[in-house]
Amino acid sequence: MIWELDFALLLFMIVCAIAAITVKDLLHATIILAAYSLIMTVLWAEMNAVDVAFTEATVGAGITTVLFIAAIARTKRSSSD
Amino acid sequence: MRENVVIRTVSRLAVPFIQVFALYVIVHGASGAGGGFQGGVVFASSFILMMVAFGLVEVRRRIDNRGIMIFSVMGIAIYAGIGFLCLLLAGNFLEYGVIEAAVGIPHLHGYLLDAVEAGIGITVMAVMTSIIYDISDNRGEAP
Repeated sequence: MIWELDFALLLFMIVCAIAAITVKDLLHATIILAAYSLIMTVLWAEMNAVDVAFTEATVGAGITTVLFIAAIARTKRSSSD
Repeated sequence: MRENVVIRTVSRLAVPFIQVFALYVIVHGASGAGGGFQGGVVFASSFILMMVAFGLVEVRRRIDNRGIMIFSVMGIAIYAGIGFLCLLLAGNFLEYGVIEAAVGIPHLHGYLLDAVEAGIGITVMAVMTSIIYDISDNRGEAP
């Protein structure tokens, strides 16, 4: 556990999480959520939870992004609120 | 996008490696990171890459709805079959030791563990592919 690396990653993760719920374009929110998931993967791997990190990388950054993009392609791209 | 020769060539090269990596993750799951679920998701993501590069129709010709149904039922049947076989031999659910003791082959529980992981992987791969098929198929409407 390197606390400087942890601090930077957690800070960047919080920035990504806030940006994902405040941005108006849903496609941008999906990509920011994928970046959030990737940072979360590095954090899980750094906490020695390699199995959880693997699941986060495959499901969080892989399948969920594709599903969200496919759902956006069938609905509206901009958020209404 | 479908005419782009770079995307088609790169995915034609990358898909076999992704699938071999998925099989490695499934088999390696017993002794390290990975397992049936993660391997199945990685395998399904190779089909997503094929869908991006070659289109939905081309992938559906390779693995159609009937194949997906057969795969998803087959995977869960392997998992539940081995689990209930252990129950029949007076053990707990998925207690491989009783099968190993009854058959008498050494290290059989390792192979049974791999078989159960493979069953989970097959089901996850089929269900993920079916979700992606259903959500990306616009049935002739405008995208």
